[in-house]
Amino acid sequence: MAESDHLLDLQHLKTYFYTFEGVARAVDDVSFFLDPGEVLGIVGESGCGKSVTAQSIMRLIPQPPGKIVEGRILFDGRDLVRLSMGEMRGIRGNRIAMIFQEPMTSLNPVYTIGNQISEMFRLHMGLGRREGLNRAVEMLKKVQIPAPEKRVGEYPHQLSGGMRQRAMIAMALACDPEILIADEPTTALDVTVQAQILDLMLKLKEDFDTAIMMITHDLGVIAEIARRVVVMYAGRIVEEAETVPLFEDPKHPYTQGLLRSIPKLGRRGAGERTRLVEIKGIVPGLLDLPEGCRFSPRCPQVMGICRKKDPPLGRIGPGRTVRCWLYFDEPGKD
Amino acid sequence: MLTYIIRRLLQGVVVLLAVSLICFVIFRYMGDPVLTLAGRYATQEQIQEVRKSLGLDQPTYVQYVKFLWNAAHGNFGKSYVSRVPALGLILERFPATFELATCAILISLVFGVGFGVLVALRPYAWHSRAIMAGSLGGISMPTFLTGILLIMIFAVYVGILPPFGRGKTVEVGFWRTGLLTVDGIRHLILPAITLSTYQLAVLLRLTRAGMREVMAEEYIKTAWAKGLSPMTVIVKHALRNVLIPVVTMAGLQFGELIAFAIVTETIFQWPGMGNLLLTSIYETDQPVIVTYIMMAAVIIISINILVDIFYAVLNPKIRYD
Ligand SMILES: Nc1ncnc2c1ncn2[C@@H]1O[C@H](COP(=O)(O)OP(=O)(O)OP(=O)(O)O)[C@@H](O)[C@H]1O
Ligand code: SF4
Ligand SMILES: [Mg+2]
Repeated sequence: MAESDHLLDLQHLKTYFYTFEGVARAVDDVSFFLDPGEVLGIVGESGCGKSVTAQSIMRLIPQPPGKIVEGRILFDGRDLVRLSMGEMRGIRGNRIAMIFQEPMTSLNPVYTIGNQISEMFRLHMGLGRREGLNRAVEMLKKVQIPAPEKRVGEYPHQLSGGMRQRAMIAMALACDPEILIADEPTTALDVTVQAQILDLMLKLKEDFDTAIMMITHDLGVIAEIARRVVVMYAGRIVEEAETVPLFEDPKHPYTQGLLRSIPKLGRRGAGERTRLVEIKGIVPGLLDLPEGCRFSPRCPQVMGICRKKDPPLGRIGPGRTVRCWLYFDEPGKD
Repeated sequence: MLTYIIRRLLQGVVVLLAVSLICFVIFRYMGDPVLTLAGRYATQEQIQEVRKSLGLDQPTYVQYVKFLWNAAHGNFGKSYVSRVPALGLILERFPATFELATCAILISLVFGVGFGVLVALRPYAWHSRAIMAGSLGGISMPTFLTGILLIMIFAVYVGILPPFGRGKTVEVGFWRTGLLTVDGIRHLILPAITLSTYQLAVLLRLTRAGMREVMAEEYIKTAWAKGLSPMTVIVKHALRNVLIPVVTMAGLQFGELIAFAIVTETIFQWPGMGNLLLTSIYETDQPVIVTYIMMAAVIIISINILVDIFYAVLNPKIRYD
């Protein structure tokens, strides 16, 4: 069937939402890949389609109104887009796990941490209740939660935000997945806890040999953890590069704007937050996108052609692509 | 938890005292029991005689304290009509009402929650629209109309179910039950459905609203992302959260069903407490009326307290309050 050299390979993915106001092209022709054990960062402003991309991979797009209209998501020789829900359930949590932004609300308030973690073992490994709970304690130990034997019997509201995110990570890694999709896992946490969680994820990545897809709008997080970065804007990839070259020499005007607000690569001082400062102008609504380049209304280097023709996503170096007319002379060239 | 229970119990006692005061006022000032008892053509002397024998010649506060004292001992006086203790009369009728209310609340819970979930998951399907239209009917249709319609359809036209009475009953200890005979169960069906319709519609709407809210929660996304089956996500992760308010509501309704099944019992000639109350009101049988009101208050207050405790147990967040 579908062959790919990569662990996960998105090819021309399009996920649209059919609303009363019109069609929101939340993910519009997105292609990227993920190799075993690597950390890929996906960065972009709010609403650019990061979460929808992640949910598409997990096949968690609410339908209606959403639908994956085109593209392939290759994983282990199979196209996830074409799998039945039953087949997909064998992959979710088991081989591709996901953690979410809000540790406060991502755990079920009426079940103990132990119950929720051991559910993974019961479901995917067929373990019994007792054994599942023992393994849950082990997992809590691995995510460095103190007194795991006690915590396993506690409810989410008895844990702090950082603890809960650790519990979420324990749950996600329970079945030793090949891929961990982390959708802004540290956004809701304060800076010191954020750093601890990132360090923990890096350490666990080594232990479990898990590939991580780190979704964030915080370039500081990317600098800390990712080897490769995909920059998204209004449902599209505008630039893709390895982290160091991207930070040293961003090509796309949007990426340049993002980076201008950040002092230094890899420095995350105690007080200073390496958060994204707003770029001038507003994010275009997905329903009325500008003609030509989607960034043109906000781009400081906009040219005549930009407003007429959509720039292609073209390769400008090894492992480096960009979607901008500054780097291509002929319209239509790829 | 214990202090919480004690506090709730004390609150209950205060409410009961308030109710008792109202009862006393009814007892003392509504209608004249003396006339009822002595008869319309009694002489002045006979009337005085009766008044004295009932203790009605004493000052009001003495009467109230006496009333309280007796009430605390389960003594509400004898029925003016049948001349037996009022409490005994009511307790004798209690099993019939209790069985009716229990069946009604079970019907409401099972169908209310079941339909509520169904409707929440597929709001635009035709069956969901039908159910919602039906629930609107259930909320707006008066009980007596539901009862009469059911009797007309199932007892008169189709003729498969009896229209009134409790049918064959058997005595188990002090409890007279209709649940152990086929005839008793057949008699129970129509009144139980009638009594359940309103509560069913309320629980359905509550479940639907709760499910829609909970299904959009982050932890439901987490549950899907774990690879759980729809059944597990819906029942274990969503419904369990929705059930907390729903069961609380059902518990509160249950108290009310027991206390106020009057209309249904009257339509179906169900020999329960509500039926007795209505007869007693016709006959101005104050001891029975007052006992009934006090009983109703006790039942509702105890069920409220039980529900609160149950809520605390079900909801881990308030376990340590
Ligand atoms: N359930 C939905 N119904 C309709 N439109 C949706 C739905 N979910 C997402 N969208 C659309 O998809 C777009 C992208 O949303 P997405 O959640 O992927 O953004 P994001 O990049 O994750 O942003 P954030 O940083 O805020 O999480 C949104 O702007 C919205 O228009
Ligand atoms: S294509 Fe034009 S408008 Fe778009 S980013 Fe490049 S220069 Fe700016
Ligand atoms: Mg998001």
